[in-house]
Amino acid sequence: MKLKLALFTIILSAITVLAGCEPLLVLDPKGPQAERLASDILLSMGIMVGIVIVVLVLLVMTLVKYRASKQADDYEPPHIEGNIWVEAVMIGIPILIVAYLSFVSVQSNYIVESAPKGYEDKEPLVVYASSSNWKWHFSYPEEGIETVNYLYIPTDRALEFKLYSHGPITSFWIPQLGGQKYAMNDHVTTLHLAADVAGDYMGRNANFSGAGFAENIFDVTAMSQEEFDEWVEEVKETADPITEDKFEELLEPGHLGRMTFTGTHLEFNSPPEGHHNHGSADHEDHEESEEADSHSSDQETDHSNH
Amino acid sequence: MEFFERFAIPHPSLPIYIAMVSIGLTVIGILAGLTYFKKWGYLWREWLTTVDHKKIGIMYLLSALVMLFRGGVDAIMMRAQLAVPDNVLLDSQHYNEIFTTHGIVMILFMAMPFIMFFMNFVVPLQIGARDVAFPRLNALSFWLFFMGAMLFNISFVIGGSPDAGWTSYFPLAGNEFSKSVGTNYYMIAIQIAGIGTLMTGINFITTILKMRAPGMTLMKMPMFTWSSLIASAIIVFAFPVLTVALAMGTMDRLFGTNFFTLDNGGMDMLWANIFWVWGHPEVYILILPAFGIFSEIISTFARRNLYGYKSMVGSMVIISLLSFIVWAHHFFTMGQGALTNSIFSVTTMAIAVPTGVKIFNWILTLRKGKITVPTPMLYSLLFIPLFTLGGVTGVMLAMSAADYQYHNTMFLVAHFHNVIIPGVVYAMLAGFTYYWPKLFGFMLNERIGKWTAWLMSIGFILAFIPMYITGLDGQARRMYTYSESTGFGPLNMVSFGGAAIMGISFVLIVYNIYYSFRYASRDISSDPWNARTLEWATHTPVPEYNFAIIPEVKSEEAFWDAKKKGHVLFKGEYEKIHMPNNSGLPFILSCIFFVWGFSLVFSLWIPVIITTIGIFVCMTVRSFEKDHGRYISVKEIEETESELRGA
Repeated sequence: MKLKLALFTIILSAITVLAGCEPLLVLDPKGPQAERLASDILLSMGIMVGIVIVVLVLLVMTLVKYRASKQADDYEPPHIEGNIWVEAVMIGIPILIVAYLSFVSVQSNYIVESAPKGYEDKEPLVVYASSSNWKWHFSYPEEGIETVNYLYIPTDRALEFKLYSHGPITSFWIPQLGGQKYAMNDHVTTLHLAADVAGDYMGRNANFSGAGFAENIFDVTAMSQEEFDEWVEEVKETADPITEDKFEELLEPGHLGRMTFTGTHLEFNSPPEGHHNHGSADHEDHEESEEADSHSSDQETDHSNH
Repeated sequence: MEFFERFAIPHPSLPIYIAMVSIGLTVIGILAGLTYFKKWGYLWREWLTTVDHKKIGIMYLLSALVMLFRGGVDAIMMRAQLAVPDNVLLDSQHYNEIFTTHGIVMILFMAMPFIMFFMNFVVPLQIGARDVAFPRLNALSFWLFFMGAMLFNISFVIGGSPDAGWTSYFPLAGNEFSKSVGTNYYMIAIQIAGIGTLMTGINFITTILKMRAPGMTLMKMPMFTWSSLIASAIIVFAFPVLTVALAMGTMDRLFGTNFFTLDNGGMDMLWANIFWVWGHPEVYILILPAFGIFSEIISTFARRNLYGYKSMVGSMVIISLLSFIVWAHHFFTMGQGALTNSIFSVTTMAIAVPTGVKIFNWILTLRKGKITVPTPMLYSLLFIPLFTLGGVTGVMLAMSAADYQYHNTMFLVAHFHNVIIPGVVYAMLAGFTYYWPKLFGFMLNERIGKWTAWLMSIGFILAFIPMYITGLDGQARRMYTYSESTGFGPLNMVSFGGAAIMGISFVLIVYNIYYSFRYASRDISSDPWNARTLEWATHTPVPEYNFAIIPEVKSEEAFWDAKKKGHVLFKGEYEKIHMPNNSGLPFILSCIFFVWGFSLVFSLWIPVIITTIGIFVCMTVRSFEKDHGRYISVKEIEETESELRGA
């Protein structure tokens, strides 16, 4: 175990030096999910470096020992068919390594696919993160607010992201908080994250989605629950409500800066939750018209404010 | 005018106009040259209508080298764009087109034909056959591939290149988000080339199973032939999936179906799944023959038989089976849940075991050998550690939870280049140098060859190792630019340097061909490497009929044992040899396919209907044709043989 730790430290420091002394984002976790993944990555990296070294040493030793210039002219290499025991060893050892890594991998799968460890007791904060070309819309249904291209989150509380896309497949990724997951058009995926430490983090769409893909990024700010609550209050007092027309406008392809709204677009543009919404177009239309009616008064007041 | 507007490229720029003019001038130059030197007849008789597996092989090789140049230029442009933060060398649209075409050209129009070259040229010779089982089908395979590749390559001057990535994920590749005809080119050009590949697979399975020399049982076949057999089997199972996927994509784009669309019940995940059900076995179609080539070369230059022949064959069979049950590892992040991911994670990691067996077998082949290191061997020895590095990062990526952090990043890009370049490209360059004397009767220069191999390896390490690091630092793939604050700049500059060095090594390959063509000795034996398998038992240049007398095989290394143990390969008298006739039909049919594809891309329905009829007419003509081939008389054989022996 000590050896392993030492190996990790060496690799980690080597990578750090190579990258200009800044720790690499993925290996600088700020939440429990990212921590688990970083430790998996370092573990596998350690084992893999070991394998590469073994292969390299075996190869170089063989080459040095059996090079032609070192041997008698009349040396005739023997005919060797293979040896059951040698082959058993070279099958057996990789199987053991792969079995161990599989064990770790399967365990991690269940960890990243469930609520972050240590935060099970608190209600998770549910955020609907949906992408459109080339923006991210964050809806906080419980708080009743919505932001574009920036995400405020409380620390020390589980986060449950509901991901979907208004266009091509995108991938929601905050490297320092955890792994990525696809946001797609015809169903909602769930990503469990949590932030242990307050701070600013980089978030982006990692899956190529067309011309504006490179700039399809968002800012993440983690803060204490109190600060988060204050921010929510502030938004509710100062921001304009989001309307259906306004949201349609936001969906147009292009880049937008940070924007803040009260209300969420989920009320009139429902996410593709539950089963695939195939063939239910009629039902949706009906729902939408109802929503539109109930919100028409809001819209009117909104206009009068301008 | 309105009719012609569709052919305009959506994002013209100076380099594209220059490319247009230079392509135009090259075509005019070639046509004029052919006319001036009166070579039209020669071209038609010797190449366009040939059914000879060796000539078809050479045409595959030439196409692959041209495409390597095209894909390489794409690669250098990409690295140049990313070399510094906020670069404006290329805009987003150009960059997207370039990485898309780089991927398709390198995999389907460079690596595939290179592998096809080896299979065509080597397999019949290695099994002591006179040609493949279906020579005319083989010509059709080549011409369909060629026309598909050409159709794809004109996209950037007529109508615009595809820009949705080589994986072409829908709905991004659908009409709603990709409005230019680029993705039509993708769907149809790959379809045409893919039909050719499928036929090659069928052809080589038949050839290898039915046309081996007497005495060559399956377990006495050379390793490259084994790898070709297994790769062909994968082709036959995997390519129909691609055919279906592309047909569905084409229908979505041209005929308004809704397989992968946003609305009306289309499923965006469906394309990704079908694509990778083909896409993953595809990489093993490339790597297994590459393993076969390394096995031949390592055994030749270690002066020893291949260690663990049976486990080598067994591991390839297992790899081919596993290759079909790992496709979901290309999208662990799609939200299939922990159980599905766990299953695919374990199957993927399992591939490391048979691959590891191969690596250790190669090292054990070196053991107790008498190792010399000419250029082909140098590539093979550089392959072992570099490929191992790529392989182990593959195991890291196979850990599905951790893959949530690697997916879509430069780490992944580094990984697959790290297996494809040292694996497939080195095998191609090693095999290319190794078989060059058999092809053309002179050796490539060793000094330049070794410089090339070392420069390529240094360039490779500089170009791709930094990507592992920037990937872990959050650099996503396919970004056309990044800001300075990300800190990706210096490592991307190193990467560009590496790409430039690799570019130089490619120029050296071309220079080596030129230099050796001028200065190399033509006085070489038919077995310059002191090799072990049957392809070296015949003359150089290889006569049309390959072997005047079909060899009799008694061991795995027939030719080596003939040299060392005095096995007699060629027994008996000359007899007249039955050979297939040349035919212009494959070329004509493929030309019609080209026009058909082009018309489909631009939805020109009248030409589509006419060419569709043309295709069926060609097939009907072929069905009613009576062609029983021809015989080469004993006298002719004697003349050829004595001439070749004398030379």
